[in-house]
Amino acid sequence: MSNPVPEVPAVRLQGIGKRFPGVIANDNINIDVMRGTIHAIVGENGAGKSTLMKILYGVQRPDSGTIEVDGTQVSMGSPADAIKSGVGMVFQHFQLADNLTVLENVVLGAEKLHGIGGRARQRIVEISDSYSLGVEPDELVEDLGVGARQRVEILKVLYRGARTIILDEPTAVLVPQEVDELFGNLRGLKDEGLAVIFISHKLDEVLSVADEITVIRRGTTVTTVTDPSSVTARDLAELMVGSELPKASSEASTVTDEVLLSVQSLSLPGSGARPLLDDLSFDIHRGEILGIAGVEGNGQAELVEAIMGMRERATGSIRLIDTDLSTASTRQRRESGIGYIPEDRHRHGLLLDSPLWENRVLGHQGRPPSVKHGIVDKRAARQDTLRIIDEYDVRTPGPGVLARALSGGNQQKLIVGREMSGDPILLIAAHPTRGVDVGAQAAIWNHIKTARREGLAVLLISADLDELIGLSDRIEVILRGRFVGSFDPSDVTPQQLGSAMTGAGASA
Amino acid sequence: MSTRLVSFVLGLLAAVLALVAAFAITSLVLIIAGDPVGEVWGEILTFPEQRNLANIINNATVLYLSGLAVAVAFKMNLFNIGVDGQYRIAAFVAAVVAGEAWLPGYLNTALAILAAVLVGAAWAGIAGLLRATRGVSEVISTIMLNFISTSVVAYFLRKAAVREQGSNTLGTKEIPEGSRIPSFSIGDGPGTEIYGFIFIAVAAGFAYWFVLNKTRFGFNLRATGQSTTAAVASGISVKRMTIGAMLISGGVAGLVGLPILFGDSYSYGSTFQSGLGFAGIAIALLGRNHPIGIALGALLFAFLDEQSNPLQILVGVSPDIVAITQGVIVLTVVISYEIVRRFGVRLEQQQVAKADRPVDEPKEVTA
Repeated sequence: MSNPVPEVPAVRLQGIGKRFPGVIANDNINIDVMRGTIHAIVGENGAGKSTLMKILYGVQRPDSGTIEVDGTQVSMGSPADAIKSGVGMVFQHFQLADNLTVLENVVLGAEKLHGIGGRARQRIVEISDSYSLGVEPDELVEDLGVGARQRVEILKVLYRGARTIILDEPTAVLVPQEVDELFGNLRGLKDEGLAVIFISHKLDEVLSVADEITVIRRGTTVTTVTDPSSVTARDLAELMVGSELPKASSEASTVTDEVLLSVQSLSLPGSGARPLLDDLSFDIHRGEILGIAGVEGNGQAELVEAIMGMRERATGSIRLIDTDLSTASTRQRRESGIGYIPEDRHRHGLLLDSPLWENRVLGHQGRPPSVKHGIVDKRAARQDTLRIIDEYDVRTPGPGVLARALSGGNQQKLIVGREMSGDPILLIAAHPTRGVDVGAQAAIWNHIKTARREGLAVLLISADLDELIGLSDRIEVILRGRFVGSFDPSDVTPQQLGSAMTGAGASA
Repeated sequence: MSTRLVSFVLGLLAAVLALVAAFAITSLVLIIAGDPVGEVWGEILTFPEQRNLANIINNATVLYLSGLAVAVAFKMNLFNIGVDGQYRIAAFVAAVVAGEAWLPGYLNTALAILAAVLVGAAWAGIAGLLRATRGVSEVISTIMLNFISTSVVAYFLRKAAVREQGSNTLGTKEIPEGSRIPSFSIGDGPGTEIYGFIFIAVAAGFAYWFVLNKTRFGFNLRATGQSTTAAVASGISVKRMTIGAMLISGGVAGLVGLPILFGDSYSYGSTFQSGLGFAGIAIALLGRNHPIGIALGALLFAFLDEQSNPLQILVGVSPDIVAITQGVIVLTVVISYEIVRRFGVRLEQQQVAKADRPVDEPKEVTA
């Protein structure tokens, strides 16, 4: 342990398994991460990456398998244990207190290491210099940009003595230049003999920075690529989904020229000077899927909520066929024919502690079959829930179980089934396959395609560019609340979309 | 279905668990204080006499209404601590209205009850309005409204009061005999009468069950209580539901003092019973906001209160010991319900997992 032979991996995961009710999150995961390398772990949403990282960081215990750090088997019951073993994690969502300085943030919870004063400051400067992180200990975190905050997070982990650093989707929040800087920092860490575990589903980034790549599909390790130059992004993608990549425009277009949804100069003021939505205008036609691409936090969520009437300060006009919905309530909008698959199904889509049939009623309180004359018709609601369970392949013993008990994919299928009932005119699908297994994903894609064939207008928001390209008839790219480019999915690559999303294509 | 049976048994188990734990802790207190544990329980757990039984039922009627009022708000995740203030100000107004007897006989009664409901609703509605429009926590505002109602009632009592001859107590005019709600007897001898208002309490319990579980309004209320975000996304106006829930909660709270007013005291005086609203919080918790559960909780609390009365005389222990039991019950109930809930969820997830697997496995082979 005191003198690790180079052959001993920094982290070795063997046969890791973790089951949740109804889901096998991890099943026989085997990964060796060597010192002085950047090891990428790629996989689709829901493939089990985050569960694996939680296990490695002590947040969850594996049901089976062993974890070795520098050749010694460890048992991690909490993040504190992980830190003790020299494993640190940088989360996608930063865990920093804005109103404290960098120094205060770094020492918070690690006061015993170097105190909270001069020694700590000196140590921070040392670390910052030796890995060229460029972190100033006395700056306020709220004055820092996203990239700098991320470096503070990395420094926090190093300060606690981590020799293995896990980064969960670190580039999701960064613009391209910042990504380059981050990769520079990561290479610096690697050169100092640290092991870096890099989780991502952005394959081009992975290929450009990783020394080894492990692909995870359906909770298990498919393969580890030791020479990234020998594979392409497409190869990796096929490994990730099991050669079932959705084929772009595999179906004939069903787009008509009948406008179903017309949005004119939709704006939403933000808390600062910059509006969250800035004068957006677009139409969606019968049988058309409009895809919205963008880096998260550029107004997609706000766009959806503005159309749903959940944002009081939104201005502009929204028409659904002949109905002016600009000032209508969320309920009126739903009842005029908008189905809504929300981005966060737990927060916005379900009553987790209610039975499935009550969840069927949710959002349809004003309409048969679930409610008649202000009285909830339990029998009819149950009946219709059974129909959804059957048609949408929701795996459950019956309509009486609580929504919480279902796996993510089945919850999502229930929501899709619910939103498709009541003959919607427009379907808003925000990240409809996020965090669901591959089987459910394919099923949900099929349902969306069917909806389109049947003449629905669909607004599709997704962070998964392959999904957008595979399903959409037209793609608008949103950046800082504005549409910055319109693309035809039949001749656009994820790379082109990617650069438009980050504003790289636009003239500065 | 069997899942229903399981959840019923689990619910029962949780209540029993909570009671046993509460009794054990109370016993511990008695032992530490050096009091005779066996004698205290022996006294409390004897079967009540007819006269005591009537008291228990009457008390439980009042507590039941209080529990219902709290439960309505609980269902929406609102904490109406102000039932106490709401029922006192409502009972005062009802007493004034009934005492003035503008209408004859039972019309007068009906008007007074209506006035009580409206005043209770309005008083709670203030908190609802503040919550919906300004985001003021209903916990804080209802506590403050309790104080205000105490002062308001004291102030107006002075104006409306008639002083009985030879007495120092202040009270409103007595309700005319034709407007009182008759009691009925469950035994012979004096003191075995039950408030006729018990039927209104039962009706209120039924209405509570029906509105919450069968109507769209009730569905919206429960949905908002479970998840505000999901409620908003489904088209529910949370502001309207907040105000609505507080109005109903306050309306029911307005009934709390009426069994006493129309069946016993016939006027609102400075000695009118207070503190019923706080007991309602414990009872709603104990009864898991279920109309029958609340009834059982109310009976239990009334039983403990009544049975503890002779403790001082017979075994030399302060009856306040049951207040400890009641308080502890609230804690143990919360804990044991949570344990049982988690157990139930786990049980269900296992069932779901079973339903998921057989179809899932062959697919993995082809992948």
